This record gives sequence, C-alpha cells and structure tokens, in this order.
Amino acid sequence: MISNGNVIGLLYLVTIVCFILALRFLSSPKHARRGNWIGGVGMLIAVGTTLALKGIGNWWLIVVGGAIGAVVGVVGARKVKMTAMPQMVALFNGVGGGAAALVSFAEFHRFAPLPGKIGGTEVVSIVLSALIGSISFAGSLIAFAKLQELIGGRPIVFPGQNVVNGAIVAGAVAAGIAAIAGVQGQWVLVLLIVLALMFGVMFVLPIGGADMPVVISLLNAFTGLAASATGFVLSNTVLIVAGMLVGASGTLLTLLMGKAMNRSVTNVLFGAFGQIQAGTGAARVDDGRTARATTPEDVAVQLSFARKVVVVPGYGLAVAQAQHDVRQLAELLEEKGIDVAYAIHPVAGRMPGHMNVLLAEANVPYDQLKEMDEINPEFPQTDVALVIGANDVVNPAARSDPGSPIYGMPILDVDKAQSVVVMKRSMAPGFAGIDNDLFLEPQTTMLFGNAKDSIVKLIAAVKAL
Amino acid sequence: MTHALPGLHVPLVIELTILALAIFLGFEVISKVPAMLHTPLMSGTNFIHGIVIVGAILVLGVADDTTLKVVGFVAMVLATANVVGGWFVTDRMLEMFKRRPSPSTGPKKDETPKP
Repeated sequence: MISNGNVIGLLYLVTIVCFILALRFLSSPKHARRGNWIGGVGMLIAVGTTLALKGIGNWWLIVVGGAIGAVVGVVGARKVKMTAMPQMVALFNGVGGGAAALVSFAEFHRFAPLPGKIGGTEVVSIVLSALIGSISFAGSLIAFAKLQELIGGRPIVFPGQNVVNGAIVAGAVAAGIAAIAGVQGQWVLVLLIVLALMFGVMFVLPIGGADMPVVISLLNAFTGLAASATGFVLSNTVLIVAGMLVGASGTLLTLLMGKAMNRSVTNVLFGAFGQIQAGTGAARVDDGRTARATTPEDVAVQLSFARKVVVVPGYGLAVAQAQHDVRQLAELLEEKGIDVAYAIHPVAGRMPGHMNVLLAEANVPYDQLKEMDEINPEFPQTDVALVIGANDVVNPAARSDPGSPIYGMPILDVDKAQSVVVMKRSMAPGFAGIDNDLFLEPQTTMLFGNAKDSIVKLIAAVKAL
Repeated sequence: MTHALPGLHVPLVIELTILALAIFLGFEVISKVPAMLHTPLMSGTNFIHGIVIVGAILVLGVADDTTLKVVGFVAMVLATANVVGGWFVTDRMLEMFKRRPSPSTGPKKDETPKP
C-alpha cells in the first residue's frame, strides 16, 4: 500500500519521463521500437502504482474489466490490416475519449448527493473532460464507420446544418455553465454528455472521406486534451502531462495535414469537400494535346536504361494491394544497378504517414522512403518517375494555375523528371475531380489498367530483357 | 467520510505550470518525428492517452454504489483496450520498418568457412 505522496509523485514522474522518451525515440525508425517499449514500461509503472494506492478496492471488477479490455485490445491489434490502420486509430481515439468522459462523470456522481460541494477547479475540469471526451468518442465512432465504409464516405449535408449544430453547442455550453455555477444535479452532466455526443456525430458526418486524415488527427488531439482535463479532475500529474503530449501531437498533425492538403482546418470542418471545386471542370481549355498510351514492354526498356527511378505511390497502390509487386520490381531494377527511391507525399494514404507503413509492410527498406522536401530537388536528375495510383499530389496545376482548386498545395515535382510513366485505370480525374495536365506533357506516357496487373506484366517484361 | 480520491493532490498553480511546460515540450518533441513515422506516432499517442486507465482504476477502486461500479467498470474496459491495443499495434508497425541490408552484413549463406 502506497500512501506517501512523495513516493507516488516520484513513480508517476518516472512514467512521465518514459512517455517523453518514447516520443523522443520516434525521431528515427532505428530506435523507435525501443521507444515504444520504454513507453510500455512507463505505463506499467503508472498502473502498478495506482493499483497499490491505499484505499483501492473492488479488485474483482478491476481485474475482470482489465482482462476484457486487454483481450479486445490484443486481438484487435493483431488482426487489423495495415490498410485499416486509420479505422483502428479512430477507434482507439474513441475509446480513450469515452473512458475520460466516464471517469469525470463518475467523479461528478460521487459528489452529486452533496450539491455545491465540488470545488471550482474540479467542476470546471469535469465539464471540460466530459465535453471533449464525449465529442471525441462519438466523432471517432462516426469516423470509424466512414473509414470502414459502414456508412457512405460522401459528405452528409442537410439545410440548416450549421443552425442545428450551433443550437447543440449552445445547449452543451449552457449545461456546462449551469454545472459550474452550482446546479450540481446529475441530470446537468447527463444532458451535457448527451449534447456533446450529438455534436460529435454532427461534426464528423458532413466531412468527406478525403478529409479523414485531418479529422483523425483532430480527434487524436481531442482525446489527449480530454485525458489532460481528467488529470485536473483527479489532481494527477501523469494524466495532465501525458494527455497534453497527445494534445500537442494531434494538433501538430492536424495543422500539417491541413497544409499538405492546401486546406485550412476551418475549411475542412465547415466546408464539405466537393463544394469548392464545383464548376472548375468547365474552365479547362482543350489545347488539342492528348495522353499517349504505352505498353509494359516499352516501360521495361525505359526502366532498364535508366540510372535513377523514382516510384510515386498513391492510395490506389494500396487499394490494388500491389505493394509487394512494386518492391519486387524495385529489387529487380536495383540488381541492374539502378538507383530506386520512393517519393511519399504527406497525404498519400488515408492518415498521416500511412503510405510509409504500407510500404514497410511490403519489406521496402525505410532508407528508400523519401519525404517530399527531400525528393523534390532530385526529380530533374531522375530518368523515370513511375506514378502508381497517385493523381492530385503530382498535378502541376498546384504550382502554375491560380484558378485551380488545388493551387498552392505542395506537390511532388514529378513533371521535372526526364520521363514520366503514369499507371492508371483510365483517364478519369482523381479524388478531387480535377484534370491533370501532367498526363498530357510530352515526357509522359500512360500505362492503363489495374496497378497490380500492370506491375506484374512489367516485372515479366523486365526479366525478359 | 472523506471525498478525496487516493493518490496525489497537487496545488492548481503547480498543475497549470506543469501543463504549460508540457505544451511546449510536446510541440518540441513531436516536431522532431519524421513524416515517415506519423502513423506509428498516432498509434503511439493513442497508447499514451490510454493513461486514463489510471483514472479508471481510481474511480472503480473507490466505487461504493452500483452506478459508480458500472461506469467505472466500462471506463476500465475501454481504457485497458486503449492501452493494450495501442501498444501492440504500434509495436507491430515499428517492427516492419527495416533498413536496407548493407552488403557487409547481408545474408551469409554463400560465405565459405576459412581454412
């Protein structure tokens, strides 16, 4: 039984240091895994310390609850496919936020028979934790359902949406203020939680599938902030710090994703995707240029005579499950002494860094994975850029056409390569519905068809040379 | 009957000081994480916000009526799933990130033993 405040504080401090180290070690894939282990040790210390605190009872409930949670967690973590990572992260955001909201509700309930007995700080943090945690819980479940395609990925909009949302927020804020002002009946907090849950649903529903990277990052930040607020409820330093670290991480990723998609976060949240580019398609001038189709045999020759090849993967590559074939092709080329690298745009995939994980799973060594700023200066020296399932992130209109909806978005400068081969199903425009002039450039050829089939044919053609 | 939970009781000003420092530290540390590792970063921070498990243990550990027991129990299940799942999925992902085997440390199957 630990009851000495200094001992408790020191043990929690060890946990805090472990968490910071875990994040610090993520600065390089070389020691990132070790960092996760250190974080795990920190968590065990925090859990062990809390269990050993004087006054903790209900052991059976703790053990059974923990066991159920652990089994669910392990099975989920082992079974999940890497393409489904965004859903998994959304789900974890949700359960974390839900747990934070429940903990603060329980604290409120403990005091509920004694109205006015909850200290000012405590009730403010209870309100914040319940509010943010519930929004995160409901929002994450909707994000999960969208990513898992349980409900349509299209933005769901209806007239008067903003008025309804505004009313919900106003109601939640009013309930929160009432609780803080001393109306400490339980119904106040229940009302607050119900309204916050409704808002969580309403705020994610209108956001389209393409914007999910921003939303997941934001919900990640929310859950962190909810955990931090819970730390104030319980007067617990480890929750305050750990929650805030997550809050900072989620916020930073949200801003990064917004920047990489050329959208302000407000625009993502309040302007449903698909509305801004309405009408831009008609503005295109048909200058008589047409895309040239090529064959796997021609591309094989092109690749074999190259010195440097850059593969530009998009989400289409993962959808076609062609990562392993691409790695095989890259290895074949490397055996011929050709320099191969992968250019990864920050929003390739469905969440921050998703494409890197998908390629790492296919055994692509991480030193071949290049970030946008690192690879862009290398395109002029690149003999062949192989674009597989990527579209908007290689559209030169982002640099040159102020009228384009993606103007200003940072892109991979694929058009500066000596030659470009685009693997694509058809000439249909990409996710954002914008025409891509890269396909019409003189150095570009198109290899039409399913990415996986095309690459398999390409491998055979390279081997046959 | 006392209403304080077991554990630490830190003055509010100190808590706010710690919070302010954590904000700056968080941004500093996270900005050093390369884009390549942003997915493991998200699942790793998923794991870290699982620290609400401490809160779940505290409220369940002192629960003395049915409502508290039910709420605390659900919180315990959710928080444990968060901690355990977040950790395992991060470990699984980070294990996949491998360097290109350099020629000197590559496969040794065709290495002949020296006489």
